[in-house]
Amino acid sequence: MRSLELATRNFKEVWRDPLSLGITIGLPVLLLLVLQAFGEFEEVFTPTSLTPGIVLFGFVMLMFSAAMTLSRDRESALFARLLTAPVRASDFVAAYSLPYLSVAIIQGIVLFAIGAFLGLEVDGSVGLVFLVIFVTAVFYIGLGMILGSLLPLAPLSGAYAVVLLLTIFGGAWMDLEAIGGVFQSIGNALPFAHALDATRAVMIDGVGFPAVATDFYWVVGYTLVIVALALILFKRKMLE
Amino acid sequence: MSSAIESDAFAVQTFGISRTYGDLTAVDGVDLAVGAGELFSLLGPNGAGKTTTIKMLCCLLRPTGGTATIMGHDIQDDPLSVKRVIAVSPQETAIAERLNAWENLSLMAGLHGIEKQAARKKSGELLEMMGLTGRGEDRAKKYSGGMKRRLSIAMALVSDPQVLFLDEPTLGLDPQSRRAIWEHIEALRGKKTVLLTTHYLEEADALADRVAVIDEGKIIALGTPGELKGRISDTPVMVVEAENLTAEAIEALRQLYPVVRAIEAGVEIEGEEASVYDIQDVLRPRGITIQSAYRKQVTLDDVFLHLTGKQLRE
Repeated sequence: MRSLELATRNFKEVWRDPLSLGITIGLPVLLLLVLQAFGEFEEVFTPTSLTPGIVLFGFVMLMFSAAMTLSRDRESALFARLLTAPVRASDFVAAYSLPYLSVAIIQGIVLFAIGAFLGLEVDGSVGLVFLVIFVTAVFYIGLGMILGSLLPLAPLSGAYAVVLLLTIFGGAWMDLEAIGGVFQSIGNALPFAHALDATRAVMIDGVGFPAVATDFYWVVGYTLVIVALALILFKRKMLE
Repeated sequence: MSSAIESDAFAVQTFGISRTYGDLTAVDGVDLAVGAGELFSLLGPNGAGKTTTIKMLCCLLRPTGGTATIMGHDIQDDPLSVKRVIAVSPQETAIAERLNAWENLSLMAGLHGIEKQAARKKSGELLEMMGLTGRGEDRAKKYSGGMKRRLSIAMALVSDPQVLFLDEPTLGLDPQSRRAIWEHIEALRGKKTVLLTTHYLEEADALADRVAVIDEGKIIALGTPGELKGRISDTPVMVVEAENLTAEAIEALRQLYPVVRAIEAGVEIEGEEASVYDIQDVLRPRGITIQSAYRKQVTLDDVFLHLTGKQLRE
């Protein structure tokens, strides 16, 4: 498991970077604490409605952080050295994804724990909620791998803004049915609304897997495509 | 992984290897054969094609023409096998700054599939060899430039590679650190095949068994440092350093000696017959005082100048 060796290094790099952790975990927590204060005026700001959207916001930050690390590393002499080791592209993608997946899990747990403290309720299976969230996290981190493989550091913030807007207007924080039109069609074609719909349906309506299967597979499909694309791109990047 | 060296085999062999970027030819049909256990140097100025050649040999860059083999494995057909027998210390210091020296070494050992216990033992030996034992637990970002470079070289050695690529290993280091790294490289002679790129002629002169002089992507000379130096004229050269040397004074010296070259500090005079007394007789009446005069040793810089008409450090 050579990818584990590299993943361990990346894991240490991630968890020894307080600024990055502050942004990826601290900022979503802060957002949750601030926005839930408006819960008594608007239903969308109640912890139950708000938390899944904030988790997705946290994943966007994580995607940005993962993309930045990979993009910065790609420019470094250390990365050139790592590429001269007998390691495959899949090992590299796994090694860069796993540490961020660990942050995503902690992020999800922390946000849901704070949400629960503030009054978040899950009527359905907590395991199913976390399954959907987990697959969504893989999607975002895969997207981070693609952006980090393709872009230098400077244009990354632009890409981050695009993904953040797509997440927000793609159904994470906006009701697509209320928006309607082209935005609704675009939102439904993207995975964000499906991830949120599935999570909220399990949490609020207490439904089981069959009821959210379509939304779930929609997210899984996107995730598989994104991960495959990340692998192909990375393999190309290994040889300049 | 075995570190055994087969004496009758070429460890590195290139066959007209080339790399172009659009209209620019960075490496132009290079043919090299480096023997197993040899300490071989690619010497040339910045932009000569040294790093591009190393990148192709390390499977980081696809050649646009020709190919190469490392320990018999083709760099294009079997890059994974090539990567199993090589290690590289890139031009820039290539370490993970947030990890300590032990963790950096463990990372590279792990990527090469070395067991933890063996890696730990080897890492300890390398930290000792590089004089880093006392700082092994400190994060690398706290190290000085020389320490980082020594750690970088140790990271290339931890996997016990058969072929080691050192790309400008002492670039930007102070003379003391450079000398320390030379000693470590010297210790590898005969044990590893080392391909060293440098633009420091004294480095190639001091370390290399053989030197390939590269310029504008082409190998323009190949041989031992002694052979290369022997290829240019063996006529002795006297260097005369003097201030306020005028063109007229140099012309007067040319009346005395057939080959007189103006240099920054004074003049170089070719010929067995060059005499400091005769030179003084020319310069003193013109109010010019000789600050020093000495017989010059032929260097690889002279070889480069002879071959290309330009100095290595230009």
